[in-house]
Parts: sequence; C-alpha cells; structure tokens
Amino acid sequence: MATLVQAVRMALHYGETYLGVTDIFGEDVGPPLGGVFTATQGLKTAWNSPLDERGIIGTAMGIAYAGGRPVAEIQFCDYGFNTTDLLKVAGNQRWAGAGHFDLPLVLMMPSGSGIRGSLYHSHSFESWASRLAGWKIVMPSNPLDAYGLMLSAIVDPNPVMVLLPKALLRVRGDQRIPGEPEDDALLKEMIDAPVGDRTRWQPRWPDLKEYFVLLAQAALVREGDAATVVSYGRTLPLCAQAADELEREAGLCFDVIDLRGIFPYDWKAIRKSVLKTGRFLVVNEDTEVTNFGEHLLRRVIDEHFYDLLVRPRVLLGQHIPGIGLNQVYERNSVPQLPAIIEAIKAVATELA
Amino acid sequence: MPSRKTSSNATNKQVPPEANGRAALADQVVTTGKDSLPADLCLHIHSIMVRTRAMEERMIKMSKSGEGYFWIGGPGEEAFNSVLGLQVKKGSGPAYDYLHFHYRNSAALVAMGMPLIDGIRQMGMTATDPHSRGRNFPGHYSCREWNVIPVSSVIEIQYTMAPGTALVQKRHGGDGITIVCGGDAGTAEGDFATCLVWSTRPGNELPILIVVENNNWGISTSACSVHGEKRIIDRGKAFGIPGDVVDGNDPVASWHAVQKAMDYCRSRRRPYMLEATVSRLYGHSSSSGALRVKNEPDCILLFEEKLLAAGILDQQMIDRVHADAQAEVDAASDQVADEPRPVPEDVYKDTYAPSKVDVVYPEDYTGLPD
Repeated sequence: MATLVQAVRMALHYGETYLGVTDIFGEDVGPPLGGVFTATQGLKTAWNSPLDERGIIGTAMGIAYAGGRPVAEIQFCDYGFNTTDLLKVAGNQRWAGAGHFDLPLVLMMPSGSGIRGSLYHSHSFESWASRLAGWKIVMPSNPLDAYGLMLSAIVDPNPVMVLLPKALLRVRGDQRIPGEPEDDALLKEMIDAPVGDRTRWQPRWPDLKEYFVLLAQAALVREGDAATVVSYGRTLPLCAQAADELEREAGLCFDVIDLRGIFPYDWKAIRKSVLKTGRFLVVNEDTEVTNFGEHLLRRVIDEHFYDLLVRPRVLLGQHIPGIGLNQVYERNSVPQLPAIIEAIKAVATELA
Repeated sequence: MPSRKTSSNATNKQVPPEANGRAALADQVVTTGKDSLPADLCLHIHSIMVRTRAMEERMIKMSKSGEGYFWIGGPGEEAFNSVLGLQVKKGSGPAYDYLHFHYRNSAALVAMGMPLIDGIRQMGMTATDPHSRGRNFPGHYSCREWNVIPVSSVIEIQYTMAPGTALVQKRHGGDGITIVCGGDAGTAEGDFATCLVWSTRPGNELPILIVVENNNWGISTSACSVHGEKRIIDRGKAFGIPGDVVDGNDPVASWHAVQKAMDYCRSRRRPYMLEATVSRLYGHSSSSGALRVKNEPDCILLFEEKLLAAGILDQQMIDRVHADAQAEVDAASDQVADEPRPVPEDVYKDTYAPSKVDVVYPEDYTGLPD
C-alpha cells in the first residue's frame, strides 16, 4: 500500500496530467529535493520558489486569476501565519468582487504534531483555517482519502486548503490507490527518487485512475451505538484504535467519524450519529482556545440538546505557547492514545 | 530628436467626435519638454480627468450627506491614471493586460470606458454596483471583462499577485503585460520586495509594469519622515529593473513615460518600474475629512493652463467640459438613488463558484452545512 505522501504525489501527477494543474510550487518543491516530505518528487510542473510564503500565496492567486490551476505548498503550516491576510483575500475576493473571478487554487500544508517538530513544525492550522470564509478545507487521515481529496481540491473552482497530517505522511493505508501496483517495493522503485544523485532519475508513474472523495463527505470508520466520536487527521486513527480496544475490553462499540472536511463539514453524518447515540465527543489536537471542535460542540448543543443523554465534550490540544522538543512536552500537550481511550470511555459510560 | 510616437498602443483611445471634427486641431500639439501629444488626444484626456474628478467629488458629497459612508479615491491622480488607462490593452485573459490596482485608480477605469455611474453605484452601495454588489468601499473595482483584479483595502498585497498573472502571460506569448499600482507608503511593506524578487527570477523574468504613484503621504505620515531612499525606483537597481520617475501631474510627460514603460514590458517581457509623483487633493479619505487641499498642484488646472496657452481650449470650452461632467454625475446620482439596494438574501451570493465535487455547496454558499 502507498504511504500518504506517495498518495499525494500520485494525485498531483494525476492532476497535472489529466486535470489541468499548471504549477506545483513552493519552497524546495521542485527538483532536486521534490519537497521536504517528498510529496512533489518527479512532477513535471513542480518548481522551486523563493523563500517567501507571501509570494507563494500571492503568485498562486495571480496564476489562478489568469486561468492557471496552481497547487502551492507552504512547507509547514507553522510558516503560513504571515500569509493570513492573503488567505483572507483569496477567500473573500469572489464575494467582495461581485463574483467576477473564480480562484481555483490548492494550498497544501503539512499540519500538526507527531514528528518531534518542536515549536515551529508542530502547529495545527485547521481552527485558524476554519475562519477563512470562502475557502474549503480538508484533512485526510489515510492515503486513499488523501488521493481522493486532492483530486477534488484540484477540480473545485474555489480555493481549497489540503492540510496534511505530518505524523501520518509515512503511514501506509489499508486500501490501494486506483491504479497503484500490488507490490509496495515496486511502487517505491517507480516513484520515489533515489537518495543521493538523482539528476538522471525519472519517475515511472503507475496507470492511475480518477478517484474523488467528495468535499463534506465524512467516513464512518467504526460503527456502534455507545457514543459518537468525531475526529480527523492525526487523531483519527488513534480514535479508531481506542474504539477497537474498548470494544475488546468492554464490549462497547462506537461510531467513529472521520470528518475529512473541516469546511464544509458533513453535518448530516454527525447529526445522524448523535441522534443514534446521544453521546458526543470531538477529538483534535489544535489548541483549545479557540478550537474548531468547539463549533461542532456548539451546534450539537444548540440543535440536539434534548437528544443528548450526557454532556457532550471535547478532547483538544492544550492552550500553551507551543509544543516543546522534549517528548514530555509533546505527550502532555496534544491528545495521545491513553487520554483518547479515557475520554471515549468516559462519554460512553457516564450514567444518563 | 524626432518626436516620439504617441498612440501605437492606444487601445482605449476614444477620441470624441467633436474633437475629430475640428480640422483646426488636426496639426496642433501640446508639449512638455521634448514630449508632445496631439491636441485631439489632449482634449480626450482632459475630458476623462474632469469627468473622473466630478465623479469623485460627487462621491465625497455622498459620504457627507449620508448617501454613502466611507470615501477614498484618487483626486490628484487623474492625469497619470488617465493616460495609463488609455494605453491599457483592454480585454479578458492572458493575451490582454492584467490590472492590479489600488483604490486611487478611478481615472484609469474611466479612461478604459467605465461609466461614471458605476463608481457612484459602488459609493451608493447599490445591488447594481457591478464591482462589489454594494459590499466594498468606493474605488475597489473588479472587472473580469477587463482583467481588473478585485481591489482590496489591504495595502500592497496586489504586488504579490502580479507575478502570478505575469507568469501565465509570459507562457501564453503575445504582448499582454501585468500592471500593478500602489502608493509610496505601501512600498515599505515586504510585498513590494516580493514583487521585485519574483519578477526577476533568473530565466523567469516577468512582464510587469511596477507602478508607484507617489503622493508623498501615508494617511498622516509624510514620506520623508519614514523613508530614507531618495527615489523608490532605485530599489529596482539591485534586481536589474530599469525605471523612470515622471511628473504624474503632467499628462503629456506621463503618456510618454507610460508608453515607454509599456513598450519595454511588452517587447522585452521583463519588469519595469515607473514612479509617478502625484498630488492628494482631498486628503487620505473621508476619515480625514476629505477637505480640499490647497497647497498641492492640481493636475486639471495645470493641464487647462497648458491647453489655454496652446490655444486648444478657451475658457468657455473648459467651462462646458466641466458643466457636461457635472450634468453626467447629477443624472447618474439621481438614477443611483432610485436603484435597488441589496436584500438580506444577497448576503451569501458569490461566496463560492459552483462545484461538482462539493456535496454541501454545489452552487454557492447557503449558510452553515445542513
């Protein structure tokens, strides 16, 4: 099975070959490196930009205004904060400008903790991003979704932000990308650039197929009626693992929803599950003041207060200045498996 | 020295019929130093300047009468912007010029053919405002048909977008260029440097006309109190970007400076920087009172003196141009007063373009996901 970063690379290849992507660019995105996480190796439209995040966003906007289809990368979302006003304008230009211009750009940014990244390679961005009206924001938690969400991001004529969970970039999925070879070693040989001199290296792309994960379509990755657990990105597989352990240990079965889309999000899926379970927990690692998960919590309370059996709750990252390098800091800053198990168990077992 | 060509790229040159009909004007010219322009073109430029000023002054009145709220615009920049707009290669898509304007470029839009009523509609916040549906401040234009990228209040960000449109134009071929305009104060933002860096990547130099309309002010802060550089165009030297400083209050000199700059960008497919010294005749905006400034040169008065001295206009004709412009804005503002305003149902409109892959918003935004 492909890793998540290989899936992104294959999606970008599909995008530039069949979906009109004209430019894939950012810092170290082009050869020889092909991205600090290797997401852009071997792509024919990939190029290196100056070290200038505002220039990256502005140029992507200009390319999109002029009819191109850019995929821009901010190397880590931690370095996207100085582009916030440009992101706002990318999101509001259509509304402010009476609908004159579409802006079909994709911005991909590795996001979140899990690579021992210290203060500036561990930020989360989805709560900030959720305030950027006019954007669409997605966050995959497995390679196949990354492929399908990236293709949807490319064909959508609006600005779409693809947040890539850093901790999962090297993780393999359990489903193949359509067209991906059966042999993982063969895939690596075909599309991973060799370490060292790669001046004469050329990728051999598999015969990939079109596969879309529609925007705002959540995935129900575990099913049960003990409680509803909503997550995405790095914490999603941890929630699924926690649900599996609680099923083994306590016979409790959970609805675990991979939201996949931050905005728009799949409210129907959340509502349906909450109506079934009456118990609600949202888990993510962004800081708790103020967190996108709180918005979901607010809607659950506003719209389903009398359908709830116990108080709904969140498990979020702590409101602290950063994630420290010593793993004591990271483990005690953002949700880890034991805390997730505890939180899921608590929401399922509180007496109604 | 042979006189320079005057109109080879004048795509938007719309000479008034009455000017064409005056045989006596045919051979007359207006000169500044070694530069000259034919009399009929000068009359056309004068008309654009006066009409734009009348529109802006009406908008200022609207900001004080309650017909509008905030006003910001370009009185004092009409000379430069008129000749800029007249030489734009106007159209849609990369074969034509892309325009990354700021909020003092009204005369360029009028020169390109924008009806005055459209500026007044934006000031009046009508549903018929074609630039923003009554959402944005005046002077914040947007026009896909003419490649006018939506103007934002955020200072200088347009300089980060210019390399993107220019990159597509360079690949497209032809002579379309990107024109980016801003003030002198905004050049302190890093986005100005972004434009210099991104337009001169080796092997990827871009056809961008980088314009700085230098009015010497950033709201209440004088340029000389916060800037040490003598000429802004000198910043281009480190990047090999040629440039020129022109008296932006003189339409004859400005016409030729713009033409030279555009010719360079169109033919060399590389950036060029043009700094135009201009006036700011009503202060920063309505927030500073929008009162007439008396101690800065008025490009319209200066041009009229020149036209009078050349015998191309007499005072009676000047008065008629002003009266006609006044009548035009009177009629426009009367019409705007009766036009529909936005309704609550308009709040979501134009947030999203239709999408085949969006389950919740296949057409446009409709409120929170349901």
